[in-house]
Amino acid sequence: MLAFIIKRLANAVFVMLSVTFLAFVIFRFVGDPVDQMLNEQATQEQRDDLRERLGLDKPFLVQFTSFVGRAATGDFGISFRNQRDVLDMIGERFPATFELVLVATFISLIVGVPMGVITAIKRQSWYAETMQFTSIIGISLPSFVVGIGLILVFSVWLGWFPAFGRGDTVDLGWWTTGLLTPSGRMSIVLPALSLSLFQITLVMRLVRAEMLEVLRSDFIKFARARGIPARSIHFRHALRNCLMPVVTMTAMQIGGLIAFALVTETVFQWPGMGLLFIQAVTFVDVPIMAAYLCIVALIFVVLNAIVDMTYAVIDPRLRGAEK
Amino acid sequence: MSDQTSVKAVPTRMERFWDSDLWWSFKSHKSAVGAAIVLLLVIITAFLAPVLSPQNPYDLAALELWNAELPPIWMEGGQMPFLLGTDVQGRDILSGILYGTRISIVIGIASVAVSLVVGIGFGLMAGYYGGWIDNVLMRIGDVLLSIPIVLVAILVSSVAQQFLPPAFREVGVAAVLVLAIAMYSWVQYARVVRAQTMVERRKEYVMASRLVGTPARRLMLKHILPNTLTPIFVAATLNFGLAILIEATLSFLGVGMPPNQPSLGTLIRVGNQYLFSGSWWIVLFPSIQLCILVVAVNMLGDWLRDALNPKLR
Repeated sequence: MLAFIIKRLANAVFVMLSVTFLAFVIFRFVGDPVDQMLNEQATQEQRDDLRERLGLDKPFLVQFTSFVGRAATGDFGISFRNQRDVLDMIGERFPATFELVLVATFISLIVGVPMGVITAIKRQSWYAETMQFTSIIGISLPSFVVGIGLILVFSVWLGWFPAFGRGDTVDLGWWTTGLLTPSGRMSIVLPALSLSLFQITLVMRLVRAEMLEVLRSDFIKFARARGIPARSIHFRHALRNCLMPVVTMTAMQIGGLIAFALVTETVFQWPGMGLLFIQAVTFVDVPIMAAYLCIVALIFVVLNAIVDMTYAVIDPRLRGAEK
Repeated sequence: MSDQTSVKAVPTRMERFWDSDLWWSFKSHKSAVGAAIVLLLVIITAFLAPVLSPQNPYDLAALELWNAELPPIWMEGGQMPFLLGTDVQGRDILSGILYGTRISIVIGIASVAVSLVVGIGFGLMAGYYGGWIDNVLMRIGDVLLSIPIVLVAILVSSVAQQFLPPAFREVGVAAVLVLAIAMYSWVQYARVVRAQTMVERRKEYVMASRLVGTPARRLMLKHILPNTLTPIFVAATLNFGLAILIEATLSFLGVGMPPNQPSLGTLIRVGNQYLFSGSWWIVLFPSIQLCILVVAVNMLGDWLRDALNPKLR
């Protein structure tokens, strides 16, 4: 057990080191930082001075170590474009992205789980087959196309929801939220829907597959034989046994959603980290790109590690499975 | 007085195919047949783009500004030959879509091909030799799969485009995109091939073949590889759909194909700017074409996965 956890943690650290290395390579070799920070009239002396101050004259490995050291303490340097601390800029944008992801996850569970149950218990009915068929389409639709479609129908044609921005936000000191104001709540509907569509189909297919498996098992047959009402069998006994994989998958997907939200944020001009990143890419603002990569990878890796370790605690079979 | 049980010659490859389980399964799946027909139509029209389209969208001289923002033909103000209307530069939407689809399909196929070659090669080596080669290759794969795919693709493609000399821009961007997409998807093939190779390696036929001195490369490619191809085939079909999607997403975000060589994603990116000015056709039709293309590919892939799965027979 302990060996498994240590192995898993070592793996996570290794992945993070590789990601940091990638971020460092981008940071170091995309454009010369000295050129970007000084103007053209700078003398050679000033250049050398800055080069020395930034530590760019030191050997590669030394530079990388100090980059990792600074990254670990949250120091990613200063944005080339805004001359502001990168971590502050990302921190300001984080609540917007996180709220979006949270609402999208919520929607996907509320909609996806019942759809999965229905398609499993009424397998032959026309509506179950329609849902199953539309789920293939749901997985295939690119999320930005879904977003544009939603804007076209609900903002441009019907005018029900705002098409961009976050609405009014409330500042809670360390967190800004849009969920407490009416305009904020209206603004989050379309982006959250378009982000959750893929999730909904994923949850639905997972619940359906698990339900079909559980419904075949002996304890369900026994419950049927005892004459327990179908509703109670399906929702109290069968569904409960399906929820474990759904919960873990949802947890694992949150990391992916945070990364993927950048597409949704671009479509809806949602002021989150993803939009910041895409703008940084356009202006080759390397410190922001590097920091965003590290932070998103960190969230992703930590969530995956936690899920894996929880699994090992709950399901003893997995402890031996790792070779 | 010969026994008249007609002995047929060995069936040709085509005859074997018409008689195979796969073909029977295909014929009995309406959605698979439908998807295949739609996909064929999309591909054929895309590659006949220069013949079919009323205008060459890359030829700036052919664009007339007074044709700008014409609505589709069935609406008031629509004009022949612009069936689906025009964009703000007077470019025919339908022509743009046909040419754009061609670019999307070519990039999709190329990236699947590259990742297949890399994935199968690495997978065979990792599974056959084992040891440190296996360790290094699989660790690299683990790291790649631990970072979200969109992020990797965006970074690779935007960083690589910085380094492209202007002379290579035209060809270079497409090549960079292919690599950015392939960089991620080879891992999947490599894992499948590696696992299968590790099983096959211990079987008698491989032992026998090694005893007679078959070189390792020939052994891997001619003897082991054919036994690993079925799952690879399914994965490649589904990945083709995914590759088209990722390319479209990158182009939409502005790190993919440039506006002078638009893929479907670029067309949607450009059209998105006119969403609020009422010219919805500029963005809607390319989006529909992209959806049709990806849905058709995925439905074929879905069918293929079930048809080739021995457990579901």
